[in-house]
Amino acid sequence: MISASSKSFDAAPMIESGPDDDSLLRVSLGPQHPSTHGVFRMNVVLDGETVVSLKPVFGYLHRNHEKIAEGITYLSSMPYTDRLDYICPLSNNWAYAHAVEKLAGLEVPERAQYLRVILAELTRLINHTAFAGFILGDMGAWGSALMYAFRERELILDLFEDLTGARMMANFMRFGGCRNDLPDGWAAQVSRLVDDYGPFLDEMEKLLVGNEILLARTQGIGSLSKETLVNGGISGPMLRAAGVNYDIRKVDPYGIYERFDFRIPLGATGDCYDRIMIRFLEMRESLKILQQALAQLPEGPVIDPKARIRNFKPPVGESYARIEGPKGELGFHLISDGTTKPYRYRIRPPSFINLTLIEDMCLGLDLADVVVILGSVDIVLGEVDR
Amino acid sequence: MSGFDASHSAAVLWAPECWPRLPQRLVEMLLHFCGAPDWLVTIGGLVAAAGTVVGVFLTGFALLSLIERKTLARIQNRIGPNRAGWFGILQPVADGIKMLTKEDIVPTKAEWFLHLLAPILIVVPSILALGVLPYGREWVPVPLDLGLLFFFAVGTLTELAVFMAGWASGSKFPMLGAMRAISQMVSYELPLMLSALGVIMVSGTLSLPGIVAQQSGFLLGFIPAWNVFTPWGLSAGLVFYIASIAEANRCPFDLPEGESEIVAGHMTEYSGFKYALFFMGEYLGLFAISGLGITLFLGGWQAPFPGLGSVPSWIWFFSKLVVVIFSFLWIRGTFPRVRIDQLMRFAWLCLIPMALLTIPAAGIWHFAGGGLIGWAVTVPMLLVPWVVLTIHYNKRLAPATRTYTFADS
Repeated sequence: MISASSKSFDAAPMIESGPDDDSLLRVSLGPQHPSTHGVFRMNVVLDGETVVSLKPVFGYLHRNHEKIAEGITYLSSMPYTDRLDYICPLSNNWAYAHAVEKLAGLEVPERAQYLRVILAELTRLINHTAFAGFILGDMGAWGSALMYAFRERELILDLFEDLTGARMMANFMRFGGCRNDLPDGWAAQVSRLVDDYGPFLDEMEKLLVGNEILLARTQGIGSLSKETLVNGGISGPMLRAAGVNYDIRKVDPYGIYERFDFRIPLGATGDCYDRIMIRFLEMRESLKILQQALAQLPEGPVIDPKARIRNFKPPVGESYARIEGPKGELGFHLISDGTTKPYRYRIRPPSFINLTLIEDMCLGLDLADVVVILGSVDIVLGEVDR
Repeated sequence: MSGFDASHSAAVLWAPECWPRLPQRLVEMLLHFCGAPDWLVTIGGLVAAAGTVVGVFLTGFALLSLIERKTLARIQNRIGPNRAGWFGILQPVADGIKMLTKEDIVPTKAEWFLHLLAPILIVVPSILALGVLPYGREWVPVPLDLGLLFFFAVGTLTELAVFMAGWASGSKFPMLGAMRAISQMVSYELPLMLSALGVIMVSGTLSLPGIVAQQSGFLLGFIPAWNVFTPWGLSAGLVFYIASIAEANRCPFDLPEGESEIVAGHMTEYSGFKYALFFMGEYLGLFAISGLGITLFLGGWQAPFPGLGSVPSWIWFFSKLVVVIFSFLWIRGTFPRVRIDQLMRFAWLCLIPMALLTIPAAGIWHFAGGGLIGWAVTVPMLLVPWVVLTIHYNKRLAPATRTYTFADS
């Protein structure tokens, strides 16, 4: 694999532009480190334990996803999107299906629209619940919060398994609808879960939000100005925690989100604590959406019968479709040359773009804060490196 | 201490109270009847006594490693180890075999000798400290007159070992861990020792069996006369408890290990049995510091209720040990970790002032002879600073309760 031309390529460059002082300590946090959420690496320069410079190194989980997708048919990429943000595969499915539908001008039947909203909001619940567990793990409460978060996640994954046959790698959305209809009693199970979720959130909030150590560890840590966040392209809960009203479900509605009554919670300071709280508040709004969607769920087909699965050739053109994924703006940019394969397939991953400002958030803080800030960005490396 | 005392009657020897001393007595007897000189009898007996302590606490270490995992698992809504033997009882054995058979890796940049010495140095002081604790009325392995001083003197050695491990590994995460360990342990050693001062003043002795003897009896016939049931004792006991969590590197003060931040701190570059030795040292240290806390504040081996004289006293000691250690486990399963600056501020602004205040309070209590005057003076003297410091400290920790708005559109 190593050829003569690749010899000069340094896969893990150490800091060159950072301060050059013997009293500083250069530490490579990752790629194998307990709290980098996968194989992410940060080259950190420390003065004592204070961060002087922090350079993220991406690419350890690069899988050539975009290039592979250009060599296979449109539908063949659908299972691959599951592997992007593997905590919330169904949102990825939707974003990709949305982009292809926009490209090919496909209509989605009513029932499938509702089903997609239900699945996306369940995915948001999974993501935000697991986030609360992960960030507590980063703060040193190994397992306790995480296992309770995963207990609830398991219940939702069981529902996903009933519906799609897979717990995580769902591969459920199709161009023009969804793969199959609901199994018997599924909707009733979801509404039971939605009813039980509120008390669980009450309990979790009571346990976490009032804890003095958590407050001390997260408040005033990692906040950035609104301008920096907007200019950096940050999206999702991280942006809304700073008080920027930007939720794609509202500003650029897709699917049938205009039909539902829900609010967008906004923070004020944008520190790690706000990021946690915003996610808790968003989960409650998701529950509201779920209740409405389950009550209105119509009968009918779940996939447009005219949508051709085999030999699918969208017309020549270009489309960019975005959804409000649990982590932020998840977009797919497709260029079609009229063949069965996309000419260009490009993903706008929220984790990756949210992570680009990590140095600005961490400078001058403790090494211990870096871990909490990284946790509060909420990344999944499958999506960061693709 | 003076060789074999032939006057020990068989009844005393076989009483349950004396069971933990059986190995020592038997060795002494055997050597005596073999015609060994007195000094050999004494040394043989002490070796047997030390062997008893080491055996008891190494078994305790093995059990605790299992109990900790089981307890944490239950707190975390899991089951915990249950594959090796019934209830996972063989898990410590399996872990031990695994640790022994693993490769022992020494980094090329490490100072190999210090790297080897550190895990040994962390186990030895813990065992030495365990040697002076009074476990029962008849069971004091080494009854030193200056037992408390000896305990603290060897206790500080673990800091040396932790720093040695961090520095000798020649790596960055261990170095950061060692720095954290030194600052943390030095800061928390102060309140630990200062809170013990009041006990020394009231009991007038540095001998640990003497301190336990001073806590005998019952107030009003049912409240044990332990130091923790006095105002100064409760205050000092709280300081001691918090400081001992930090001394034992337990969550929420486990910064030297800081698993999510600096991988495993000073233990990062250790593998195999050296790593196991660190764990052993940590758990033995936990036993020792809890045992000292029990001796100083919870009445040592004294029974908690009157009329239980027939129960061997060491059972009470170990029952208290189980309760104290369970509280450590519970805290570990519940709290996130604090940051280093918060840790330091807590030690210097809260714990050390309170530990200092308990000293005059203990003096007043001693000369007032307890009673109403003692309560009347010491309770406000300690309660007011506790409340003020707690409120002040909480204000710093939780600057604001946030309110969140919702977008209109």
